[in-house]
Amino acid sequence: MALTGLEIYKHLPKTNCKDCGFPTCLAFAMKVATKQVALEKCTHITAAGAAALESASRPPIQLVVIGAGEAEVKIGNETQLYRHEEKFHRPTAVAVRISDALDEAAQAGRAEAIRKLVFERVGMQIRANLAAVDNESGDAARFEKAAKLASEKSGRAVVLISAKAANLRRAAAALSGQRPLLFITDPTEAEAAARIAKDEKCPLAIRAGGVEALAEVAPKVAAAGVEEIVLDPGTRCVKATLDALTKIRRAALKNFRALGYPTVALTSAVDPTMQAVEASTYVAKYAGIVVTDAIEPWQILPVLTTRQDIYTDPQKPVAVEPRLYEVGGVSAESPVLVTTNFSLSYYSVEGEVEASRVPAYILAVDTEGTSVLTAWASDKFNAESITKALKKSDIEKRLSHRKLVLPGFVAVLSAGVEDESGWSVMIGPKEASGLPNFLKKQWVA
Amino acid sequence: MAIPELKERWAGRINPVTIGATRAGGGTRGRTITVGGQMGIPYLDFDGQTPNPPVIALDVLDQAPADWPAPLAEVYRDVWSDPAAWAVRAKQLGADLINLRLVSTHPDEGDRSPAEAAATVRAVLEAVDLPLIIWGCDVPAKDQMVMPKVAEAAQGENCLLGAVTEGDYRTLAAAAQAYGHKLIALAPCDINKQKQVNILVSDTGFPLEDVVIYPTTAALGYGMEYVYSILERGRLAALAGDRLMAQPVILDVGYEAWRTKEARSGDEVAATWGKAAQRGPAWEAVTAADLLQGGADILVMRHPAAVEAVRKLTRDLVGESAMAAAG
Repeated sequence: MALTGLEIYKHLPKTNCKDCGFPTCLAFAMKVATKQVALEKCTHITAAGAAALESASRPPIQLVVIGAGEAEVKIGNETQLYRHEEKFHRPTAVAVRISDALDEAAQAGRAEAIRKLVFERVGMQIRANLAAVDNESGDAARFEKAAKLASEKSGRAVVLISAKAANLRRAAAALSGQRPLLFITDPTEAEAAARIAKDEKCPLAIRAGGVEALAEVAPKVAAAGVEEIVLDPGTRCVKATLDALTKIRRAALKNFRALGYPTVALTSAVDPTMQAVEASTYVAKYAGIVVTDAIEPWQILPVLTTRQDIYTDPQKPVAVEPRLYEVGGVSAESPVLVTTNFSLSYYSVEGEVEASRVPAYILAVDTEGTSVLTAWASDKFNAESITKALKKSDIEKRLSHRKLVLPGFVAVLSAGVEDESGWSVMIGPKEASGLPNFLKKQWVA
Repeated sequence: MAIPELKERWAGRINPVTIGATRAGGGTRGRTITVGGQMGIPYLDFDGQTPNPPVIALDVLDQAPADWPAPLAEVYRDVWSDPAAWAVRAKQLGADLINLRLVSTHPDEGDRSPAEAAATVRAVLEAVDLPLIIWGCDVPAKDQMVMPKVAEAAQGENCLLGAVTEGDYRTLAAAAQAYGHKLIALAPCDINKQKQVNILVSDTGFPLEDVVIYPTTAALGYGMEYVYSILERGRLAALAGDRLMAQPVILDVGYEAWRTKEARSGDEVAATWGKAAQRGPAWEAVTAADLLQGGADILVMRHPAAVEAVRKLTRDLVGESAMAAAG
């Protein structure tokens, strides 16, 4: 939780000694509050004051780093209950489960399938982040082997799930330096697992029977020297899990330190569609990690898309660079399709042009990332802005025609655009989905 | 360690609204459907009760749809030229309500007359005993002629009629009031506009307690988060005591979900996205599941597999006992 200047000032010596380089302690406190200067610049602060400030300035939800290098995933550090207040910061890590009770070929098959769970959506790459190796067999050697296999074949950071601390030690040692998330499912083994997490420098997920029990166990694990903790309330149905995830988030944001950690939720559904539905529900409602058996692209894509939607910054529309784009092998006869630089508008058009296999230019007009109708209503998508984008693109020289295609919803702009630009206007379909038909049947250069 | 108090103190609740009328209520429906009544953030018993589960209305069009993709066509093709037969299918598939769209009254889509539309409504009412939601064709001039006739034809059945907007509310509000129906008030993703529509409707003498609101809908991956946040903000306002936002919400999930590339594409994209038969229903089900967390009461849907998944979800979210209490 960010502290105000006045809150910081209370813990300073209030001597105005100027050793920090600022005229007064209050001026210094204000600079610290805006993170322009480090608290350490004050050499006279008491140890108690520094400790109080350190604890109060800690974020309400601990940052947890899983994996290393390319595979690294960060969760936690959230500050809100509702995304319209301020964006959610660290997207839920999606973990696909691999049981070590499966035979080796089946384990390898799942790990390779996880590697392929990468999709391109609105110009961003979204993917399943973690391979969760579950020590269902109870066997240490088998677990160790499965962990190595999963890490190698999936290329993802790994979650090691076991009821036995000793088994976690063995598998963690095998993945030394890869910073797997250790996940101890037997609460009585939590403190033993904490020592292993400390030795191996790994984050630790702990399970306890409910939110109250977690609030008892988490401080003990923290006291054993583990800072990066993940909480599993041990619930196994949607209602109880939703309830626990919300309680933990609310408690953490009230600065209740014992629950100030990200969460992990496991899907319990057997039905494949329900697995996607359940995982998406937890993504929407605060889970730091979702562990699921879902592994088919049709199951994972909607979960990852839910994550992409929910973690979008509500204050900042996702925009593409406003410029001229080429799709396919364009020529002097290719159509010029006008849209806005709102990513959803642009990518809907781009996707449909690709599907139509008719090469085309797309002119993404700068509407500050707003959609066709919103931009039109706020006068950002008008004859002037379209003409300006057209001139700037310099496309005139590359074409044998002077025709623009406007979105059907703004047909009303056509006369203005014709007057302003000197080009003729064709009215395109209202929805991007009508483009293939339009390009094949109606467009003529 | 004692956990701090986590329940929020809410001053308001969502209005309960009942749709449909049995013989005792002056209609002919087999049962009524009540939505709303929530006293906290969705499905959190510690925060406030959810006395009524979200319900599912299945789409029935008054003419065969031209552009429904294969997974939907397989389910409805044999009945979709007959709205009564289609409604029977919807009931068999587990619908709580029928969502009847009078699309063929559109001037460009057949331009059927108000009398024909009224006959369609009567046929559907006779074919199934589920409560009805009825929409016009979204051309105000035509709807103003059609909807009063439709409201009259369904007199006493306590249907939910859609939709009044900021610019067009008098005729429909008067018809709903005259013939005993509930109303849908539409304002696209804008809480201030929604309140404005509600005030206008209320000023005609129509009770706000009989209104369901419709903030429009966006599919997963196509702006779903805008609607999600409008739902959350609306619900927070209602729970804080704002009577102008205390109406239950209807969302058009099926229509939006089945417009997306992810749901519509066939098996030509199976290598990267999986088979169409599972992908489309999953897209619809997840769109519904996400928006339920924002706060929604009536989901208009299409595919039976999506309906089945969402039904399982709502049973779990509300708890079996509440479901039993709701009948």
